[in-house]
Amino acid sequence: MKTIKELHQIREEKRKELDLRVNTKADTREKHILVCQGTGCTSSKSPEILEEFKRILKEKKIENVRVIKTGCFGLCAKGPIVIIRPEDTFYAMVKPEDCEEIIQTHIVEGNKIERLLAKDMDGTKVNSLDDLNFYKKQKRIALKNCGVINPEEIDEYLAFEGYLALEKVLTEMTPDEVIEEIKESGIRGRGGAGFPTGKKWELTKASEGKQKYVVCNADEGDPGAFMDRSILEGDPHSVLEAMAIAAYCIGANKGYIYVRAEYPIAVKRLQIAINQARNYGLLGNHIFDTDFAFDIEIRLGAGAFVCGEETALLESIEGKRGQPRVKPPYPAASGLWGKPTLINNVETYANIAQIILKGSKWYSSIGTENSKGTKVFALGGNVNNIGLVEVPMGTTLREIVYDIGGGIPNDRDFKAAQTGGPSGGCIPKEHLDTPIDYESLKEIGSMMGSGGLIVMDDTKCMVSLAKFYLEFTVSESCGKCTPCRIGTKRMHEILEKLCNGEGTELDIYKLEKLASNIQKASICGLGQSAPNPVVSTLRYFREEFKEHAIDKQCRALECKAMSKITINEEKCKGCGLCQKSCPVNAIQGEAREKRVINQDKCIKCGTCLSSCPFKAIGN
Amino acid sequence: MENNLITLTIDDQEVKVEKGTTILQAAKQAGIDIPTLCFLKDINEVGDCRMCIVEVEGRRGFATSCIQTVEEGMVVHTNTQNVLEARHVILDLIISNHAKDCLTCTRSGNCELQNLATKFNISKVEFEGERAEHKIDNLSPSIVRDFNKCILCRRCVAACKNVQEIGAIDCINRGFESCISTVGDHSLNDVNCTNCGQCIEACPTGALHEKETIDDVWIKLKNPDTYVIAQTAPAVRVALGEEFDMPIGSNVTGKMVTSLKRLGFDKVFDTNTGADFTIMEEANEFIERFQEKEHLPMITSCSPGWVKYMEMNYPELLPYLSTCKSPHQMFGALLKTYYAKKEGIDPEKIYVVSVMPCIAKKFERQRAEMKNNGLYDVDNVITTRELSRMIKQANIEFIKLEDSEFDSPMGEATGASAIFGTTGGVMEAALRTAQDTLTGKDLERIDFEQVRGGDGTKKATVNIAGTDIKVVVASGLANAKKILEEIKSGKADYQFVEIMACPGGCVMGGGQPIKSSKIRSEVDVRKLRADSLYTIDEKSTIRKSHENPVLKKIYEEFLEKPGSYRAEKLLHTSYQAREKYNI
Repeated sequence: MKTIKELHQIREEKRKELDLRVNTKADTREKHILVCQGTGCTSSKSPEILEEFKRILKEKKIENVRVIKTGCFGLCAKGPIVIIRPEDTFYAMVKPEDCEEIIQTHIVEGNKIERLLAKDMDGTKVNSLDDLNFYKKQKRIALKNCGVINPEEIDEYLAFEGYLALEKVLTEMTPDEVIEEIKESGIRGRGGAGFPTGKKWELTKASEGKQKYVVCNADEGDPGAFMDRSILEGDPHSVLEAMAIAAYCIGANKGYIYVRAEYPIAVKRLQIAINQARNYGLLGNHIFDTDFAFDIEIRLGAGAFVCGEETALLESIEGKRGQPRVKPPYPAASGLWGKPTLINNVETYANIAQIILKGSKWYSSIGTENSKGTKVFALGGNVNNIGLVEVPMGTTLREIVYDIGGGIPNDRDFKAAQTGGPSGGCIPKEHLDTPIDYESLKEIGSMMGSGGLIVMDDTKCMVSLAKFYLEFTVSESCGKCTPCRIGTKRMHEILEKLCNGEGTELDIYKLEKLASNIQKASICGLGQSAPNPVVSTLRYFREEFKEHAIDKQCRALECKAMSKITINEEKCKGCGLCQKSCPVNAIQGEAREKRVINQDKCIKCGTCLSSCPFKAIGN
Repeated sequence: MENNLITLTIDDQEVKVEKGTTILQAAKQAGIDIPTLCFLKDINEVGDCRMCIVEVEGRRGFATSCIQTVEEGMVVHTNTQNVLEARHVILDLIISNHAKDCLTCTRSGNCELQNLATKFNISKVEFEGERAEHKIDNLSPSIVRDFNKCILCRRCVAACKNVQEIGAIDCINRGFESCISTVGDHSLNDVNCTNCGQCIEACPTGALHEKETIDDVWIKLKNPDTYVIAQTAPAVRVALGEEFDMPIGSNVTGKMVTSLKRLGFDKVFDTNTGADFTIMEEANEFIERFQEKEHLPMITSCSPGWVKYMEMNYPELLPYLSTCKSPHQMFGALLKTYYAKKEGIDPEKIYVVSVMPCIAKKFERQRAEMKNNGLYDVDNVITTRELSRMIKQANIEFIKLEDSEFDSPMGEATGASAIFGTTGGVMEAALRTAQDTLTGKDLERIDFEQVRGGDGTKKATVNIAGTDIKVVVASGLANAKKILEEIKSGKADYQFVEIMACPGGCVMGGGQPIKSSKIRSEVDVRKLRADSLYTIDEKSTIRKSHENPVLKKIYEEFLEKPGSYRAEKLLHTSYQAREKYNI
């Protein structure tokens, strides 16, 4: 247990000590080597890098240099990332064998290692993180501490105003004042649907009941999304603090974090954070010397996408099969074990302390009219800077893809971006300049979703894309209600038919009929939004569907069943290289004669295309 | 009262209903029918199938009328184009994943899916596609599961998990692969199923049905060397008529006997006579235990689902269970001994067919304990439904049949035995005999109203010969479980406990005619069938088991007295602790 005074002391002392993390001109003789220990870098050996640094420092008996594990810096494409503070030198794609050189050249001799410096898209080497275009248009609120602090040290969190918002709330504000502040800030749920957070708190507070619960939805499941994961791995206390604030507002004394078991690092750091908060008296009874009591437990999800749906999540916490409940009643009225329950997503919570400390006015000054603050996106697909970005609401898709994302690899054309994962839709080229917020995305047929943003270039077939997402929903449908259980399966079958060149125009009609009825009749958000990827691709790329159905053609050449590889008689010189390259002996012809492809044997692997020196083979 | 009324509009019609009413109920009150599939009143109200969707003005998407309750001023539309199309698509999808072999399905003609398909004029399936193929599980002696016909309404799951609190089945896998199965996807035969069959009663399609054994009966009936005897349980006679479109609860004893004779049974006897033996033995057993204050409370043992439940879940309480066999087993044992000898028939040639409202009896029949001299007491158990199928197969016009009497000399039975078929009936019959035995008088008190009625648990204190006897009657395994927990914890202060596995007793057994969700939500089927049994009792000239002249004679000539060595051997049984899972 720490007294308020002790906590202030820790904050003050630690802040001074860690000034070099955020201040390149910090007055210190220390150096901190920050090594990203997020999931991405961890899978590229960053824990080994961390250990290697420690070993070398010890061996060389170098003092005043500390090696710090941090959460994700965001630019995952360039991982493993090592940043040296206070000078803020950004080393990219570091390998364990580079550590020796970094210590010797950089730390001991004071020279930057050119070959390890991160390069921007234009090829210029950048010295520091802030010089990268990737970071220039970002604004980090939810990710504020990610990559700055050691997530496993509560003192480091305290150093950057940690638990100060909770202190303020408990000692200076009434629950209604806090809720008013949250409402004023304009923040909306970051889980995808965008329900006003303050309103949700207000409704849960107003629900009658002695026992109430606060739940954190950390069951991030969209393919390619890792926003919540990174927050939990990089700044777990920000979530705990916000949950405590929420609990104080609605009158709860117990919280649950429902997190996927497939996020072992997040789970581990959360547990460490909970233990540390308990030790400091920031969870438990009489928090900040008040009557307020609150504790948090972790519940592990078994990896069902549907458990990200709030009512299915509640069922799962209760130990039942993860299946949604029919709403209303909403969790605010009847949630966990039938008690009023507040459920917010990780990213939503990660904004709360900032709103309390900096005020709703500050927060609402960021973003668009109806969507305030920032949004974290997991940027992936055909884009150069794959990683995690946090941008003010209203940033355009073009800015994200080209300025932050560094554009499309191989100078290909942008075809579409998919937001909102399997529940979202695609945004075509003509909407690249749409400012991204809840309403505008909805208007153009997509949705904010939890923040997956996948960029596609012109080699992508939109029918296949729709099929991919439907395949995901088919396997992740919980099976409870008919439209989702059987309907998505039928949609997927039709898409398969189309991709195999076996579809007809009637199939497009069937797709639309199924889509609209599944959207309307399914129980939960998963089913109601499952057809979205089809609906939105049909909206913008109907021609491609028609080509598949009528002309049996896939312009992106992705649907192999429809492609026919042929040899241009005029161009073929009879060299026979293609014949040699074919893995299934589908190419026939005698020496020096023009070759022919046996279509029955051809598996459309495309090997012959690249083998032909005369470009005589084509699709 | 006025405050509790809610006014809403359904299809332009103003409706006033009580607060808490569902939209479905409110529509029903207004005479508007909303189709349902997964809905089973009080048992499965989950809104899974989506057939009951309606539009509510101002609300995004559809409302689920079977669970969502009315609100003041709500404007509901039950049949807009939107709703109709969605329902049609949903039904189409369900059928697309359904084995459409209606011609050979036991539920053809009484299938809620088939009825809806007719109603919706599904002449072709628009969204045909892959059908989930499942292996049929027919290893259980009682229940066959054919998930190629399952529509995942989960009514069976609710019956098993919530009503009976067994939880032998639940949904496994996800999405299109979802199916109802057991732990580890094992056969129902190898898990904690009690064979009560409430799942079958709940199933809207042919995905669950009894293990049909009528072919064996036909073979025996054709064989002139076999002496085929039918015996019919009390609950069958008040339900069989329903299979021939007669009103629920019609007493068709006479027609039933005639039909069995027409089918070619050599003799048709009444299991009620067996029930009278059960009372004699059970009352005697109770009096002994009561006087010696040993193994009290005594728990009845007529319900084989219940017996299996105890063996699996409360083996330590088995000594409390009466050792009496169930009536048809007692009767079967007497048919192959006393009757065979008396009539000069080789017992090996006798083939006893029990017509039962129960499918657990199919399991009970083949228990090792149910044998005497190497012969099973009963050779085949068919359900009320199976008998109706035999009658239909034989082209007998059931409704037009004349009445016949059960055969003598084993056909006479008392009113006490008739009420065996309903919850509380065994207790009442036993009390009638116990009070006379204990007082040595022919007491006028016959009706024990305290133990009648449809409540899951009924407690009463009955004064017999100056002593208060506390009794409790429970039906449905969830209710039974509570009683057992009381006994286990030593909190139980009663001396006599009647338990039936099926909620409402045998009249609602797993072998009885299946009633659609619609009928079950409109009519109290249990009450109609039970009332019919009480009427039979009331009209009987003899209403106490110990006054049955057949019994008197057989005890005199053969068994000596209740609890005698021979009675113990033929009419009593033993139990065994049983693993819940053989996996």
